[in-house]
Amino acid sequence: MTETAPAPREGSAAVPTAATRAGVEVRLEGLRRTYGAVTALDGLDLTLHPGELVALLGPSGCGKTTALRLLAGLEDADGGRVVVDGKDVTHVPTNKRDMGMVFQAYSLFPHMTARQNVEFGLRLRGQDSTRRTARAEEMLELVGLTAQIDRYAHQMSGGQQQRVALARALAISPTVLLLDEPLSALDAKVRSQLRDEIRRVQLEVGITTLFVTHDQEEALAIADRVGVMRAGRLEQLGPPTEVYAHPQSPFVAEFVGLNNKLEATVTAGEADVFGQRIPLVDKSFRAGAATALIRPESIKVLAVDHPDAEGALPATVLASSFLGAISRLTLDAGPAGHLMAQLATADALEHPPGAQVRLRLRPNPILVTARD
Amino acid sequence: MSATIDTPGPALTAAGASLPSRPGLRARRRRNLQILRITVLVLLGAFFLVPLLSTFEFSIRGIGDAPRTFEAWGRIPSDATLRSAIIDSLLLAVLTSVVALALMVPTMIWVRLRLQSISRVVEFLCLLPLTIPAIVLVVGLVPVYAWVHYLAGTDSILTLFLAYVVLVLPYVYRALDTGLSAIDVRTLSEAARSLGASWFDVMVKVVVPNMASAVLNAALLCVAIVMGEFTIASLYNYVNLQVAIQQLGLSDASLSMAASLSALLFAFVLLLLLSFVGRRRDRRGKA
Amino acid sequence: MLYVGIFLIIPTLVVVVAAFLDGANRPTLANVRELGESYIAKTFWNSFWVSALSAVIGAVFGALLAYVLATGNPHGTFRQAVTSACGVLAQFGGVTLAFAFIATVGPAGLITTWLIANAGVDPFGSSLFELRGLILVYSYFEIPLMVLVFLPALDGIRPQWREATESLGGTTWDYWRSVAVPILTPPFLGALLLLFANAFSAYATAAALITQGAPIAPLQIRTAFTSEVLLGRENIGKALAFGMILVVAVVMILNSLLQKRSSRWLR
Repeated sequence: MTETAPAPREGSAAVPTAATRAGVEVRLEGLRRTYGAVTALDGLDLTLHPGELVALLGPSGCGKTTALRLLAGLEDADGGRVVVDGKDVTHVPTNKRDMGMVFQAYSLFPHMTARQNVEFGLRLRGQDSTRRTARAEEMLELVGLTAQIDRYAHQMSGGQQQRVALARALAISPTVLLLDEPLSALDAKVRSQLRDEIRRVQLEVGITTLFVTHDQEEALAIADRVGVMRAGRLEQLGPPTEVYAHPQSPFVAEFVGLNNKLEATVTAGEADVFGQRIPLVDKSFRAGAATALIRPESIKVLAVDHPDAEGALPATVLASSFLGAISRLTLDAGPAGHLMAQLATADALEHPPGAQVRLRLRPNPILVTARD
Repeated sequence: MSATIDTPGPALTAAGASLPSRPGLRARRRRNLQILRITVLVLLGAFFLVPLLSTFEFSIRGIGDAPRTFEAWGRIPSDATLRSAIIDSLLLAVLTSVVALALMVPTMIWVRLRLQSISRVVEFLCLLPLTIPAIVLVVGLVPVYAWVHYLAGTDSILTLFLAYVVLVLPYVYRALDTGLSAIDVRTLSEAARSLGASWFDVMVKVVVPNMASAVLNAALLCVAIVMGEFTIASLYNYVNLQVAIQQLGLSDASLSMAASLSALLFAFVLLLLLSFVGRRRDRRGKA
Repeated sequence: MLYVGIFLIIPTLVVVVAAFLDGANRPTLANVRELGESYIAKTFWNSFWVSALSAVIGAVFGALLAYVLATGNPHGTFRQAVTSACGVLAQFGGVTLAFAFIATVGPAGLITTWLIANAGVDPFGSSLFELRGLILVYSYFEIPLMVLVFLPALDGIRPQWREATESLGGTTWDYWRSVAVPILTPPFLGALLLLFANAFSAYATAAALITQGAPIAPLQIRTAFTSEVLLGRENIGKALAFGMILVVAVVMILNSLLQKRSSRWLR
């Protein structure tokens, strides 16, 4: 989008605009970082393609924030390289890296207005005040905050503060945008609004972005690719649909989305669950007794008299929780134990608690693990 | 809350001590910070410790060329003036804390429960003594004390507690306010009232037990302040602990040094106790 | 409430009202005019610069010590111990403090005797009992007080501010100049005023050190309070006390204004 092209930077020979800046590739190569006995990063390899938004997802302590801080230069690496746009920046200090960063919360300078905050990076670069003002107004408009331009942080809501922080990070026309759990301190409604807003702005500016979060929904909704981290390593990296639908390890399957665990027998590259043959995802277990991880929405709930009910697993509805357009049923499937199924609310209403139902699995490829 | 969930220390507060030395910019910065920290600590440590050590040295100095001796320390409890001054000060400390707490605990709970509107006024009044110099109080209290002595029929040193209660008021207020903020007095009392408790029961059986450590804090502070008070007692010609120590300074330097150091140690132990009480409460609050 | 009224408000009113009364309770401005007399003005001026200097020294070194604590482990034993010690030392002026310095740099003090024996010089002389000495001694409680007052402000400084400055291209110097110092200035000035008021009101330490003469205002009150009452000058002490209330009140009002600002910034 040409109207959001940032003003040219002082002193640079080439005049980078959002459009030209958008081509930056970021490579993390074999990054290592330990804190005493704790290994935060254990040889992390990750490449961000130009203009791409990659979300690093994982439980706390998995190393995702460390990865972002190493990329920002806020921590020293014990080993490995950080390469941005083909240049090794591993030993370049943060203030020379030109990366825009948005923190979890409270990162606005409290003694400056929104406008002054956004102008700060430009002031450090010695830009004159007319250009600074124009750029700050442009950026605040980009994040939808024209009315609050002269407010202080304590006069703004959490969501507004994070918008200013985003504008501030983008004002310096950074090579890379780093988002360190920028939504986690906000309440649910603002969170999803701002999430979409961040994505819109990122696409508009076209900047390569690393987004760190522990919220799987957030990661899946916003990212071009999602990297699931565990114990300092990438467990799986791929588009959200792939990570969600084809988890390559039990950890990913469990961390991304809710799962039912069912007994299965694997033969000839297929699993036998409830007497149904289901294909397996790539890296799965190949033969013998196994536990299948089944997503709630992969379970079809059928009325007893449904044509497909013949031979399906019998179950009783224990409870139904209404989540808006969809509902989640808790089911007692006898020997198979308790299961969760997710379905459209309209369908769920046909199976009130106490109803007898039959369960079938959708034939999506699933992940299985060896049974103990 | 810190932005860095899975890194142990944010940049500003990275205390290098536990981290292995590693090459790199951050490590260098941490090392510089560490050097600054140690320099400041050593210099200020010396400034604060040397006078205390000197006091100690003075207290065990022999007369003339006599060898060092702890004889002066042994005389603290046996010196008649000092002993009676210590007893008077302790009595004053107890009286002051009891009266200050008896006044403040119900007032503050009541204000929190029923009179939120005047809470700012109460706060202002309670913190006011901080801004009025004790020496000014001395001047202003003369007519008040004339009445007190007339009404009480005595001008015993113990009447000093009336002024001391004012001195400790801000400290008691703050300690109790912290304690009260930590509990939801309103909900607690509504729960108790709904179970049939009288207002008296609410205060004595419900609220006070929940702020026990704050009350203890306040009491310890009172004791520490009263034991250290000099201005009012000396100008009204009463001999409390500090006045006694000062008078001794003219006649028996070693003994006065020993006594003043032990008074300081006493206060230090009290305040240390206090900080442990505080810490236990913190931990409970976090769990 | 009533209690506070009797033992705080009445004394204050007594001072304020009596400052304007003569020996026969007739209103007069003579007492207050007396404040302008050179010897009294001099004591107020002395009080002023002794307090100001000890406040500045206390604020600078106290801020440094607070910074050391703020950059350490916030729940560590070390910090706990130092803040507790500061709690005691900030309170414990008076006789103990005077004696400690007499034992250190007084005529027979540890350092004095050591210097005389080993270097053959006596750099202190009787300076401990002069105003210069008071500044040194006052620092002993001003520094800990500064730590107690300023530490919360330092704790309010968020590491994100530094990291944000760096990511925006700022150096450590930029951070201190444009972020940390401007944010910390109001609480620092507020603390400085508090320290000033604290030193200005201090009586016990000075009284124990300076037994003769009255170079500063609180000691002048002592003189007025304890000496024979001269006809027509009964209320001079009250006028002096009134002067002190005025100074401290002005300082504390400024302090609360500054506090209001910093509490918005440093939550």
